[in-house]
Amino acid sequence: MKNKLNLIGLGLILPVLLIAIWEAAARFGWIESYLLPAPTTVVESVIEMAQDGSLWTHVSITLYRVGAGFLIGTAGALVVGAAVGYFKQAERLLDPILQAFRSIPSLAWVPLFLLWMGIGEPSKVTLIAVGVFFPVYLNIVSGIQGVDRKLIEVGKVYNFNSLQLVRRIILPASLPSFLVGIRSGLGLGWMFVVAAELLGASEGLGYLLVLGQNTSSPELIIASIILFAGLGKGTDSLLKGIESRSLRWQDNLQNAK
Amino acid sequence: MLSKEVNDLLTVKKASKLFKDGTAGFKDITFTVQKGEIIGILGTSGCGKSTLLRVLSGLDQSDSGTIHLGGEGQRGAGVIFQEPRLMPWLSVEDNVLFGIKNPSKYRSQATHYLSLVGLSEFSRALPRDLSGGMAQRTAIARALAAKPSVLLLDEPFSALDAFTKMQLQDLLLDIWQEEKTTMVMVTHDIDEALHVCDRILVMSGQPGEIAAEIKISQPKPRSRSDLSLTAYKEKVFSILQDSNAGLQKYSVR
Repeated sequence: MKNKLNLIGLGLILPVLLIAIWEAAARFGWIESYLLPAPTTVVESVIEMAQDGSLWTHVSITLYRVGAGFLIGTAGALVVGAAVGYFKQAERLLDPILQAFRSIPSLAWVPLFLLWMGIGEPSKVTLIAVGVFFPVYLNIVSGIQGVDRKLIEVGKVYNFNSLQLVRRIILPASLPSFLVGIRSGLGLGWMFVVAAELLGASEGLGYLLVLGQNTSSPELIIASIILFAGLGKGTDSLLKGIESRSLRWQDNLQNAK
Repeated sequence: MLSKEVNDLLTVKKASKLFKDGTAGFKDITFTVQKGEIIGILGTSGCGKSTLLRVLSGLDQSDSGTIHLGGEGQRGAGVIFQEPRLMPWLSVEDNVLFGIKNPSKYRSQATHYLSLVGLSEFSRALPRDLSGGMAQRTAIARALAAKPSVLLLDEPFSALDAFTKMQLQDLLLDIWQEEKTTMVMVTHDIDEALHVCDRILVMSGQPGEIAAEIKISQPKPRSRSDLSLTAYKEKVFSILQDSNAGLQKYSVR
């Protein structure tokens, strides 16, 4: 217990020091406050937004966009990735074109999606889903292709059909890399929601960034950045928790006592 | 004559499988296995004995010849590999039930086979917590739980230390005493074959052929210090040496 506290304590030293210097710099006027407001000002503006309720609107719409895009992208990647990883023909058919699409900088899609789907939710969710799709897809394919042939043979001895092989051996065996994939997919999802909201939104954390810029209120921008960091870290920790719980069977360094 | 044929569980006729331009694999293998028999397939490495077992198990197809597996209900063959090949994400008990269609109905069966291999207390353990011998015991229980008509073993104990190996050989014989399981075991260990098997097919050559068939009349279980087995051992040894001398003509430069 004491060790754990020490561990956290060590990690806290730098952030606390940094915030103290920052606060001091703003208080003593070393930095112009219209460029970098004091941390306390940032916190005040967050509290203000929380009190008038606008914070929840922004946070929840952003969470909804990331969540929906993440689920759609992951589901698509799971289906396509399982097929490409397992069936040689599917790989030959789909992988080249998917790799080509992957090399398109994802932001290049933005104008097209806006044109096709308008400025509403569908275009944003689609953009995020596209961003999430590729890392999940790549990890699923490499996970499936890396499954030990010897384990698959066990299933063949029991006359498993393809579906049973996938469900009972291949998917569980490739779960570790699938989980790595969805964690990096979620990270990209958070990047893309910023892009989507910067380019056309009337609410959301990304919109707060634009609002802060247009109204020359840096505390709004910094508040939004901090909220992004917190939410990103929080959702990632959630996935990490799921990961370590469902991979307890692995005989690796992480699980060593 | 008729009753003998009824007892034939596995019939292999002139089976061949060749690769590497006909220098590896096996050819013209013919033998039958009767119900309740333990057959050893003995040979040096590279004689195609493991390939033969893969063909018997259906993992590979033979190039020619026929393989007929009889037995009631077409339950097929169970395989025990050199490595345990357990699913690392499943508990020992779930691994034992792995090949069974609706596992929930067969919990009691898993319990039975786990106690047969002496792992009752480890049913909830994960494979990573097992020793090599325990993992291989689990693999044996898994193969038995599917109630195969014949059990195929591919050098099942060659990765284990000498003591564990002997324990598991005796375990195999205990299982045979209790269930009269028909087994075909591939091995390169002469002592193992002499201790466990009723009949030994000695394979040699590249591609491998059956060089001799040796019937061991001593009843099982046999003592490891049984002197009459030494005669068999010398016989097997000389067959293997003769066929190796033939091979060396090509490999000496």
